[in-house]
Amino acid sequence: MAIVKFSRKEFEKYVKINDKIKEKISMFGTPFESIDKKEIQIEIFPNRPDLLSLQGYIRAFLAFLGKKKGLRQYSIKKPEKNYEVKINKSVRDVRPYTACAIIKKLKFDDERIKEVIDIQEKIHATLGRNRKKIAIGIYPLEKIFLPIKYEARKPEDIKFVPLEGKREMNGLQILQKHPTGKEYGYLLEGKKKFPVFVDVAGNILSMPPIINSEQTGKITKNTKEVFVECSGFDFNILKKTLNIIITMFADMGGEVYQMRLNYGFRKQELTPNLQPEKMKINLNNINKLLGLDLKEKDIKKLLEKMGYDYRNKEVLIPAWRTDILHEVDIIEDIAIAYGYDNFEPELPEISTVGEEDKKEIIKRKISGVLTGLNFIEVSSYHLLTKQDMKKSGHRAGIEIEKSKTDYNFLKPDLLCSALKILSENTDAEYPQKIFEIGKVFEKNDKTETRIEERDKLIITITPGNFTQIKQIFDYLTNMTDTKFEISETIAHNFIEGRTGRIMMEGKQIGILGEIHPSVLRAWHLKMPLACLEIDLEKIIS
Amino acid sequence: MNKKEVDLEDLLLSLSPLERTILPLLHLSSVDKISEQGKLDMISLNRAFQFLGNKNLIKLSKEKRKFVKIDTNGILYLKKGLPERRLLSLLFDIKKIGLGDAKKRSGLSDNEFAIALGVLKEKKFVEVITGSINLKVSKEEATKKFPEEKFLESLPLELEKLNEKEKNIFQKLKTRKDLVRIDEISKISFEITELGKKVIDELPKFKKELIEQLSSDMIKKGTWRGKVFRKYDIKSRAPEIYGGKRHFVNQAIDYARKIWIEMGFKEMTGTLAQVSFWNFDALFTAQDHPVREMHDTFYVQELKGKLPDKKIVKAVKGAHEKGVHGSKGWKYEWKEDEAKKIILRTHTTCLSAKTLAILGKLKDKKNKRGKFFAVGKCFRNETLDWSHGFEFYQTEGIVLDKNANFRHLLGYLQEFYKKMGFNKIRFAPAYFPYTEPSMEITVWHPEKKVWLELGGAGIFRPEVTIPLLGEFIPVLAWGPGFDRAIMDYYQIKDLREMYKNDINQLRKIKFWLK
Repeated sequence: MAIVKFSRKEFEKYVKINDKIKEKISMFGTPFESIDKKEIQIEIFPNRPDLLSLQGYIRAFLAFLGKKKGLRQYSIKKPEKNYEVKINKSVRDVRPYTACAIIKKLKFDDERIKEVIDIQEKIHATLGRNRKKIAIGIYPLEKIFLPIKYEARKPEDIKFVPLEGKREMNGLQILQKHPTGKEYGYLLEGKKKFPVFVDVAGNILSMPPIINSEQTGKITKNTKEVFVECSGFDFNILKKTLNIIITMFADMGGEVYQMRLNYGFRKQELTPNLQPEKMKINLNNINKLLGLDLKEKDIKKLLEKMGYDYRNKEVLIPAWRTDILHEVDIIEDIAIAYGYDNFEPELPEISTVGEEDKKEIIKRKISGVLTGLNFIEVSSYHLLTKQDMKKSGHRAGIEIEKSKTDYNFLKPDLLCSALKILSENTDAEYPQKIFEIGKVFEKNDKTETRIEERDKLIITITPGNFTQIKQIFDYLTNMTDTKFEISETIAHNFIEGRTGRIMMEGKQIGILGEIHPSVLRAWHLKMPLACLEIDLEKIIS
Repeated sequence: MNKKEVDLEDLLLSLSPLERTILPLLHLSSVDKISEQGKLDMISLNRAFQFLGNKNLIKLSKEKRKFVKIDTNGILYLKKGLPERRLLSLLFDIKKIGLGDAKKRSGLSDNEFAIALGVLKEKKFVEVITGSINLKVSKEEATKKFPEEKFLESLPLELEKLNEKEKNIFQKLKTRKDLVRIDEISKISFEITELGKKVIDELPKFKKELIEQLSSDMIKKGTWRGKVFRKYDIKSRAPEIYGGKRHFVNQAIDYARKIWIEMGFKEMTGTLAQVSFWNFDALFTAQDHPVREMHDTFYVQELKGKLPDKKIVKAVKGAHEKGVHGSKGWKYEWKEDEAKKIILRTHTTCLSAKTLAILGKLKDKKNKRGKFFAVGKCFRNETLDWSHGFEFYQTEGIVLDKNANFRHLLGYLQEFYKKMGFNKIRFAPAYFPYTEPSMEITVWHPEKKVWLELGGAGIFRPEVTIPLLGEFIPVLAWGPGFDRAIMDYYQIKDLREMYKNDINQLRKIKFWLK
């Protein structure tokens, strides 16, 4: 989830913000978050990286408001001499693709430089999966001698002063010592060679996806022309990312030039390329899925509001949209343009028979019997802390990885959480009579998840004794028409001679008895406690 | 009979045995004496006074009085002697002692020693000259009890009644640690009203036999005949009792369940631990999607689960890598190993995915339809605070029908939330990897006048339905959270209170009255 902050002043150069516009922003699929004198905050969903920049957002939003509809056109100039990137085969094993462009006639001030860094970081964090999939580099052209090479070198042969650094370092030193190198170093882990962009004078521009050079990789207020590259693994997505960046620059007033990408291992290509993708859509599919009766001319209008063109039953998709995988993605945009608030909700007549899960019915009956006996139902977490486990004598259990809290074991029984609840309620008036129906977890290789989950019931009475819990048990089994046998047993947590196991068809399915004082003490409980824990699976089936 | 007499008669009829015992003792004036004579404990006595007060027979006044009491250190010093006394007693015979020596022999702490010396200097009992303490008074004078000692011994004393001298001593002792403290004791006193006096006068003449608790014996033998039932004060508070009840969250869930069933939905259930495949892969969530990181999702250590039959796995893999039905897919290498990881379900939508896979296996195409729901716990790797928890409830629903459309989706949700008590509902565009169109459901809170975000809904993408069902049939789907609506109903502000299991709260919380 990305919350973007746009300067209110810049935003209002195009659209004045009022309550109606706030609502429009949300209904455009970009939830309005907040506004103050300086900033407006909007949430951009991960499928729309093209809206992360102010320019991209305004372009799309103006169309949605009906102001500048249809596919926005940009003029892209052919490459000039030396506007070329030579891609060496060596990058194939480490970071095989790049898409590049040159933009001229730009004006930078502090605000603008911040905006440009912002959009890079936002794309890195979202679509770029923390630079793994996509890394974007933007360089001042005046410091670079074209053409450029993209190649992989041994780390010790890569030497340059990294951004915000003072000394020249080699590839390995950057990963070990530079803060950005340490943060993203894992992305090059185990690679024999690291990728670099090098100009014809031999200056290293950057080592993607880690860091740019201090000398050639930093935009300043004096920068007028830039070289942009996107590197990664999926050429298609890189080209689209490049389009997001260059259209942003074009909207800032820049002049965009293509570059010739000379791949040693695939065909030459010119980027950027804003040729729209075409997708056929079927009027019937749209109307069927949305429950509307739109005509072709309606569709055309709605599509134009979402920044598309529509010609000859085909949708022309902006070359900066990364999220259109299927016709349904366009149908959603049609629905957004139509306005979610303009749809008439309808309850169809599909005759089906409702049915509650059998287990739930039985669970409710059991709860009914117990609440009738003045028991209060509790509802505890499925996770326990190591401390809880230990206090109830569980040495091992099913553990969760990297829990942000102390709760990291799936509970093996309900007794543990019942004792925990009672220990937290010693100030409440006694007697306390509680019950819970809940899931317990146990490893079992035969199941799909290697974990067996069983529904269990626990009942506790405090102060309480064996007779009392036995009365409850007898009443419960009578009322639910179930039959069990009880035989003497010795069990952890229970007092010997006052513990019974509950048997059904020769198998133990539960236990009842008085809890041992040593256990009560461990939980700081001062009242005698009688309890019953029983597996419901058998009873339910 | 005039009206006044009726009132008097009524009053006499309503006196409880306790009140009748106390009334003749009221002339004793002191509460303690009444308690002694009437052999009554203070609780019963207080209650009786309350009753008499309610009937306007006495005028009750509660008075709060402050008492100076001896505190923990005070008790200790009374036994061992005050520090100044212990220091002074060293000087009785030798008259002069070095500071260091005095400190050692007195056994006082640094702090106590400083105070003791200060006090003695102030009293002009000693003076310190070049590192020695010199006794300035006679032995006789020195052995006399200090006023402070006398004061401590005489405690407790009422604060208001201290004389000037005592007040000074108290002020001084108060500055020292835990010597004295003030206790506030509320004391009841009373005055008999005119009405009370009349009742007391009448009481000995009142010969009617009153029935207290009607007993089975009286009914059987008819001994109640000719007697009068004492009138109860029906407005007085009865002691509270608590009944058994279901957990309030479960009451709400049962209600939601009822709504879905009424609307013709069939319940889906399933395990809380799930194979990633069902929670993510089958729902077209790419394997590098941030939601799959350990940072957000609970992974179970070391376990790898079983994948479904090869046909489905292959179809899901295909949808991710290359797409289906004209879709482009996510274009990456899909790994079986990642899909086998065991997680705690992050949404109940995994149950919907499994349901679709079951329906996909049906031979008869006509049966590939239906309406299903679930209400269940879900998990996310979160810290616990007032608005976040690692466990939460979701209510899930799917409608599978060739003619199902977006407007129907809105219709079902509108109906459900209307029954939940939210009449105004808004649907705004949103994004989920597995639905398109997608939306966020918000409802209008009429009292707070805000929109509450409840969660997501949409129509399953073909990349979800085709691998599972074998064809594209519109599947309307929703999975909004449920806790928020429950919190709102019970006016709970802190999410942690939902599963705190505070027995007092559970005893008092209202029933779900919908």
